[in-house]
Amino acid sequence: MTEGVLFDAAMIETLLLTLKLATVTTLVLLLVGTPLAWWLSRAGGLWKEVVATLVSLPIVLPPTVLGFYLLIAMGPHSPLTAILGRKLSFTFEGLVVGSVVYSLPFVVNPIRNAFEAMGPRPMEVAATLRASPWDAFFTVALPLAAPGIFTGAILGFAHTVGEFGVVLMIGGGIPGETKVLSVTIFDYVETLQWGKAHVLAGGMLGLSFVVILAMMLIERRLNGGKR
Amino acid sequence: MIEAAFSGRLGSFALDAAFRVPARGITALFGPSGCGKTTVLRGIAGLMRLPGGRLRVNEEVWQDGRRFVPPHRRAIGYVFQEASLFPHLSVQSNLTFGLRRHRGPAQIGLEEVVDLLGIAPLFDRPVPLLSGGERQRVAIGRALLSQPRLLLMDEPLSALDRMSKDEILPYLERLHASLSIPVIYISHDIAEVERLADTLVLMEAGRVRAQGPLAELLADPALPLIHMPEPAAVLEGAVIGTDPDYGLSEISVPGGSLVVPGNLGPLGMRRRVRVPASDVSLGRHAPADTTILNALPARIEGAEQTSDHQVTVRLRLGEDGHGAALLARVSRKSWDRLALRAGETVVARLKAVSLADPARDIAPSEPVPPP
Repeated sequence: MTEGVLFDAAMIETLLLTLKLATVTTLVLLLVGTPLAWWLSRAGGLWKEVVATLVSLPIVLPPTVLGFYLLIAMGPHSPLTAILGRKLSFTFEGLVVGSVVYSLPFVVNPIRNAFEAMGPRPMEVAATLRASPWDAFFTVALPLAAPGIFTGAILGFAHTVGEFGVVLMIGGGIPGETKVLSVTIFDYVETLQWGKAHVLAGGMLGLSFVVILAMMLIERRLNGGKR
Repeated sequence: MIEAAFSGRLGSFALDAAFRVPARGITALFGPSGCGKTTVLRGIAGLMRLPGGRLRVNEEVWQDGRRFVPPHRRAIGYVFQEASLFPHLSVQSNLTFGLRRHRGPAQIGLEEVVDLLGIAPLFDRPVPLLSGGERQRVAIGRALLSQPRLLLMDEPLSALDRMSKDEILPYLERLHASLSIPVIYISHDIAEVERLADTLVLMEAGRVRAQGPLAELLADPALPLIHMPEPAAVLEGAVIGTDPDYGLSEISVPGGSLVVPGNLGPLGMRRRVRVPASDVSLGRHAPADTTILNALPARIEGAEQTSDHQVTVRLRLGEDGHGAALLARVSRKSWDRLALRAGETVVARLKAVSLADPARDIAPSEPVPPP
């Protein structure tokens, strides 16, 4: 144990960066995941199963495998880099892309379940009441699926805060750009700064507990106090 | 006119149903469960695209060949078996969901619907706490407020218990009497049909077995209706007199007139009575001393042996036999003893005549008393 202070500017920077990454990632996940979940809940056939499998892959793949392919896809020689004109690896944007892919199933699955639980009837009723499909989606489907969307958002946020392997593979540890909480804790432990590691790890433990508890309480409320 | 023709295979079910009914009054789609009634109704709503379907409502073609108007562009109201209210919206927001999306002037206003269906006391209650009957009333109001030119009802009463049914039926009858929107109504309950329907489309295993005015089909010997355990005739006519002292009214039906208990409303008002076949007996002469109020000349059209010991006789009111259809269920012994034959004129004695629509005389502004 070599350090004196347990809290410094670098830790705050890390914390803010992590929250920023999780927030941006969650917003992107909701924008991408909700239509995807809707499609998965309504479509039929083989394509739907193929896409559903792709979405679920991050649950079973080791983060290093996912990170490895993402690194190649976003690296200097990839077609993506050629299209964008710059590489995404070792940038904040790259981290967002990686986090979105990594957390996709945790957002899509609860929303899809909520859409499926709703059944076809509410949309049929809306159609017989002159609501166009878009109108019905926003005024009926989204409000009815709100608990599932909420669960998906919280899970996506928490999962992004906690990710490590993918970030390490595609982001490295550039302070203020890609050095997030989980990587910082790893660094502290490697350099034997156990006190600082305790502060961050304990903080994360507490935060996770509060987030999940809040989620359950709010979900219970959204479900109208049933259960 | 509403002209519909739907055909095609749905899995193992073959549908080939075509009918043409007037775009007024209530048309009942009647038949056993699984005969394709709901499929046809969903096809009319556009909730299901049946390939090879044709549908024309008055001057508008909603489906023909490649033309298919999506459901939200069809001026329909749809009442599902379960009320299917939106649980995330209040009673008021549910009611006005379709109204808010209607373009142009509204023919049916919120107040009118709230009065008609007695919804006012439900406004402050959360949707999940409404009873089955209350929900269905809100759902009917919601459909009406979307300003439909055709109202489709898929067994709106079948998910309800007896009490809730009796609570809603009077509202449906009032709807029938006070609004001019044509209704297509699915039912597998003949009592409901006798009470509400003007036109009947009889379905069987994906096909239309018969279609026409209710009174005619009820007495058609080729159809299964006459062989039901309790066949009845439905007669409709205008009130031509009342006798407040004895509490009776007289209505004129084709081929005669009937004395019915109760004050049936102002002269000229059209009412419907139901005469169960088992309450009609036949004789060659008018009875001399009897407590029976209704004894009418009628001509025998034919007779079917319904069981080993019973005969169902088809009659038409009037000496000339051109009046309304009537059914009489008599024992085979009496039938043989009187040696009655088709074409003969007899006197039909009606033991009981009851209103088919008992609640219609209640003024729309009054609350409906519990039955």
